[in-house]
Amino acid sequence: MNKHVSPAINRRAFVIGTAAVGAGLALGLDIPFGGPAVVRAADGSPEVNAWVVVRPDDTVVIRIARSEMGQGSLTGLAQLVAEELECDWSKVTTEYPTPGQSVARKRAWGDFSTGGSRGIRSSQDYVRKGGATARVMLIEAAANEWKVPASECKAANSVITHTPSGKTTTYGKVAEAAAKLTPPAEVKLKDPKDWTIAGKGLQRLDTADKTTGTMTYGIDVKLPGMLNAAIKDCPVFGGKLKSYDEAKIAGMKGVKKVVKVGDTAVAVVADTWWHAKTALEALPIVWDEGDNAKVSSETIAKWLAEGLDNEHPAYVGNKNGDAKAAIAGAAKKIEAVYNYPYQNHATMEPMNATALYTADKCEVWCGTQNGEAAFAAVLEASGLPAEKCDVHKLMLGGGFGRRGMTDYVRQAVAIAKQMPGTPIKLLWSREEDMAHGRYHPITQCKMTGAFDADNNLVALHYRLSGQSILFSLRPEALQNGMDPAAFQGVAQSGEAAFGYSVPNLLIEHAMRNPHVPPGFWRGVNVNHNAIYMECFMDELAHAAGQDPLEFRRKLMGNHPKHLAVLNAVAEKIGWSKPAPQGVYRGVAQIMGYGSYVAGAAEISVTDGSKIKVHRIVASTDPGYVVNPAQVERQIAGSFVFGLSALFYGGCTVKDGRIEQSNFDTYNSMRINEMPKVEAVMVPSGGFWGGVGEPTIGVAAPAVLNAYFAATGKRIRSVPLRDQNITFA
Amino acid sequence: MANLTINGKSITVDVEPDTPLLWAIRENVGLTGTKYGCGIAQCGACTVHIDGVAIRSCGVAVSEAEGKQITTIEGLANGGTLHRVQQAWIAHDVPQCGYCQSGMIMAVAALLKEKPKPTDADIDDAITNICRCGTFQQVREAIHTIANA
Ligand code: FES
Ligand code: FES
Repeated sequence: MNKHVSPAINRRAFVIGTAAVGAGLALGLDIPFGGPAVVRAADGSPEVNAWVVVRPDDTVVIRIARSEMGQGSLTGLAQLVAEELECDWSKVTTEYPTPGQSVARKRAWGDFSTGGSRGIRSSQDYVRKGGATARVMLIEAAANEWKVPASECKAANSVITHTPSGKTTTYGKVAEAAAKLTPPAEVKLKDPKDWTIAGKGLQRLDTADKTTGTMTYGIDVKLPGMLNAAIKDCPVFGGKLKSYDEAKIAGMKGVKKVVKVGDTAVAVVADTWWHAKTALEALPIVWDEGDNAKVSSETIAKWLAEGLDNEHPAYVGNKNGDAKAAIAGAAKKIEAVYNYPYQNHATMEPMNATALYTADKCEVWCGTQNGEAAFAAVLEASGLPAEKCDVHKLMLGGGFGRRGMTDYVRQAVAIAKQMPGTPIKLLWSREEDMAHGRYHPITQCKMTGAFDADNNLVALHYRLSGQSILFSLRPEALQNGMDPAAFQGVAQSGEAAFGYSVPNLLIEHAMRNPHVPPGFWRGVNVNHNAIYMECFMDELAHAAGQDPLEFRRKLMGNHPKHLAVLNAVAEKIGWSKPAPQGVYRGVAQIMGYGSYVAGAAEISVTDGSKIKVHRIVASTDPGYVVNPAQVERQIAGSFVFGLSALFYGGCTVKDGRIEQSNFDTYNSMRINEMPKVEAVMVPSGGFWGGVGEPTIGVAAPAVLNAYFAATGKRIRSVPLRDQNITFA
Repeated sequence: MANLTINGKSITVDVEPDTPLLWAIRENVGLTGTKYGCGIAQCGACTVHIDGVAIRSCGVAVSEAEGKQITTIEGLANGGTLHRVQQAWIAHDVPQCGYCQSGMIMAVAALLKEKPKPTDADIDDAITNICRCGTFQQVREAIHTIANA
């Protein structure tokens, strides 16, 4: 049966056949497709190559390096390998190699990082080659056995046939011999139009255990002798732990130890997490909050607003002609200022990790979007070398970018290090998770558009002010100080290119980095850029007295792929025909993560403050669709994520800390608020785009533009919660 | 100490009477299919059945659950036969990350027992669980499939 094997259930270690232990993380990507030494899985089955293990009973185990967090890429990647392998899909199972094993084998599985909608698009090439290489070797092994030319043999459904004689054998019978062969230097990959496993809406490999409560998430880890830890980090970012009064909780039930975690946090370790949390809440703690305690949403907003002023320096991300001059000399101009708040990822499963530290090894079990980053964090926090550390990846109860961070892994190791030999499961309360996110960056944007006498848009100035994620998390990726990712969706070119031609264009970013730590929040900078740009496009169309769709189309002649998805939603929602009585429409489009997306919404509004979303149409061109059923779910889920953010998702700052503490103050959409999403997939081929994130960007502006159509009122501030607007 | 009846079995757990049922189930009984999401009865990830009614177990003290029939996701199937909600969930490939789905399935199973053919409005009223991945469309379709079976 198709199944994903979770390491907590079946902790099989690979037998390493080559002596490469001790290699560092800095090794370049050199993905091998097999070799002279046979590498065996723990059950003795041979690896045909790093991606494919075939058992004697014909079971095919496909190794997946990227993490599954609900987005379905575990299944999609397995489909791509299986497609080239020509194996029997019903006999496919998957497993995760560990980052430690990968490092020991010179990064045999490449990049583990699962973010930026990269799971499939950035590894499709080498995983398909992994499947194709294994197929060639399996066929060759059969041909050798039969003493016939391999060219006379073909494979399908895990069966190899010698065409002239009709002789057959199966993958399981020749895998041992295949594993000893030298892999082919070149393999030809199938044309996607010939796909029979990939490209199909096959069922996920990880569903069954998710319906019976048996899937193991990080929070579910059980190890012999394990204790549980609850933690509080200084609520003011940048503040420190001053002192705590351990005596006050001495004797509380189940408490084993109170430990300092770094300079900023304290944890209580107890027999159960409930005891740990109860004791932690009773523990008197004194924080050294520092100057950041003076920061509030108001002070941040004021600082960002200053950045909208042209007098201040800004990085130019996209430019054409002379926008400032064209605006100065224009017949007509309009201006608007928008803003977007901090938001917490609020994964359903709060952050957690389980660590076991002894003098000669440190192992961690956790959900992570980046196994290698978690591994590096374990090395650093434990002080042990690579060959003594490992990370066992478990299913993620949501990632959304949050689990690409390793703060919770470091904390778990720091606690475990103070209790050698005892496995420690660290779990954050929801309140801790809300207080210590890596928040969607905060920004404001001032846009100015100018028209000639015939109402043609002649200039657009887009001035963004606010936080840079790269500045905080990946400063080495800044370009002379500029954060190129800040321009996602409005960039000159590349995987998040602007979809309009404006003769005079200036898109710039005045960087302002408040103390609240930003992070990659599903959709990332596309989210606010899409709201700003697509709502302002609507404002421009209105100012020009033109239909918002037609107005856009005129600017999109040089951007046929952007236009195609926009046209697809317009057609599906019936833009050319009037909406039902009392129902109003809005559209939006953007490019992100290599894909072109558009959305259209039909809403009605009661009393100006109650929105009912009746219909959503969403279109995506990701180049290729590996599993249409999963892409459809990502599109629908993206609308839930984007509309939850629009209506409810704002984190405010008071006294230097986040005010929202749980789902009562940071709500998320429920089923009654969400209509069906009609997904239109228009893959045009020739490129590989991502699907987990881009659609989030169009969710909010499609609804906000429909709100304007319904009420004549522009909403320029998110979330709607703070405008007293809610779902009907 | 509390005596609980979980999935038909009588179990004595060594906890304080005010311990939330959720944590007794997860940590003392060791059934981890019931999930923690908020601890304040907002998200529904911890939903179990108490005497057949869907209840958020984070908001119930073990002392209140004594003497009652508690069913968790692990006890929903009838021996080797999955409950029809579980079967429909598999057929519709409902879960994404799956973390909310134990609670979602328990809430839906209770709804269907009370209303075998729920309308969309019934679903909207009864199913108030949070799903951050956004599986609502598949949840609704799967419920209708069961109702129309
Ligand atoms: S954990 Fe009980 S409702 Fe959220
Ligand atoms: S499936 Fe992930 S939260 Fe519902």
